[in-house]
Amino acid sequence: MASASAGGAAPDAAKLTNLVRQDCGSCHGLTLKGGLGKPLTADHLRTWSRDQLVNIILDGVPGTPMPPWRPLISEADARWIAERLQQGNLP
Amino acid sequence: MMIVARLLMALLLVLPVTARADGLRGTGNLGLVIERATGSVVIVDTTARQAIGHVEGLGDLSHASVVFSPDQRYAYVFGRDGGLTKVDLLTASIAKRIVQAGNSIGGAISDDGELIAVSNYEPGGVRVFDAGTLEPVANIPAVGENGKPSKALGLVDLPGRRFAWALYDAGEIWIADLSAPQAPVVTKLTGVGKLPYDGNVTPDGRHYLAGLFGEDGVVHVDTWQSPLKAERILNGYGRGEEALPVYKMPHLEGWAAVGDKLLLPAVGHHELIAVDLHSFAEAGRVATYGQPVFAVARPDGRYVWVNFAHPLNDTIDIVDTQTLKVIRRFSPGPAVLHMEFTPRGNEVWVSVRDADRVDVYDAATFAKKAEIPAQKPSGIFFTARATRIGQ
Repeated sequence: MASASAGGAAPDAAKLTNLVRQDCGSCHGLTLKGGLGKPLTADHLRTWSRDQLVNIILDGVPGTPMPPWRPLISEADARWIAERLQQGNLP
Repeated sequence: MMIVARLLMALLLVLPVTARADGLRGTGNLGLVIERATGSVVIVDTTARQAIGHVEGLGDLSHASVVFSPDQRYAYVFGRDGGLTKVDLLTASIAKRIVQAGNSIGGAISDDGELIAVSNYEPGGVRVFDAGTLEPVANIPAVGENGKPSKALGLVDLPGRRFAWALYDAGEIWIADLSAPQAPVVTKLTGVGKLPYDGNVTPDGRHYLAGLFGEDGVVHVDTWQSPLKAERILNGYGRGEEALPVYKMPHLEGWAAVGDKLLLPAVGHHELIAVDLHSFAEAGRVATYGQPVFAVARPDGRYVWVNFAHPLNDTIDIVDTQTLKVIRRFSPGPAVLHMEFTPRGNEVWVSVRDADRVDVYDAATFAKKAEIPAQKPSGIFFTARATRIGQ
């Protein structure tokens, strides 16, 4: 099984889905409708570009609780997450 | 009277001789485990170390907390989606359920057990309900001094039918007296600091503390003083060190008050900060394995168990409160989310989310005594919380 953090490896859908639902879900809600963090529903993310979201995931938002995930996941992982969220098809 | 007693006795004798054939039992050794992904709860018996019931249909429990009625029969479960569910522990069923807001974070029960207050993100504020019927009693929108709506969090009960909470966006602490619930008397402490992320009160109900996310510091309100005022403590506790990423917000619920000290999770640092409960000055630090999420004291105060934020969340540190040193570090399994001690502190229950399991440990020998299956378990809440202030 590929590690979610292995650089260059294909994103591990099951592992990333668990990460998003469970760990991102602590702030953004398991259903992604928001909490302390903003909603991550496709509708809410419509106005953002894919690259902007990838950057936010990797580098966080300074001054807010959104942390940089770069130490833990690869850019391919972040892009996979941003895609699923914007398409509203996270498993 | 005598005849009634004899009749009852006769009735009891003809019932099948099974455990609890009379249907009677106490609730002092019961508790509730949140199954966060499925919107369900497991009712547990802490003496038998077993699940004895399962209740579904509680909505989004990705962030859930629980308070108990004074008779310890009913659990009030606060869900992420604004759901407020009153669960009957004896019948393992939903007694009443409402959806009172769009997005909520926690709740509290008044000292007399008559009012349930819920802190909400959307719409930001605190709503208060009758504990018996869940009918609305009061609505206190969290509009800060700047005129903007704010998320409300860190809600606790205080003695005298009062509640305290913090306004995340506005940086305020509000203390409300609901002696006359139709006309709450709210004291607003403004400009207390940037982004208070959680709050709690000391076990005696006197000192309310709110942790700040937006700066290095904690806000202290001594509720015995009049007029009420907010004071900053632990200013600059990070001492200019670069803060580490925080992959899960620490919780002050269940913070460790031990003797004359309080152990708080630092934000962005892998340590607990000890605070002197008389001077509210720093009284030491404990280096920990990761970013602490919960620091929970064994009820006698001898040890504090600490869990950590993702990705170091497979580990627990046990801290000796006399020496402020970690005396044991072990890994119960993937994603340790919460710890709850039995009321007298002989055992501690640990939820291991990604192993779909709750583990029961002997709190003196640290040996594992039981495993209880549960689906993606998070918070564990025992009924003894009903007797504690600020739970």
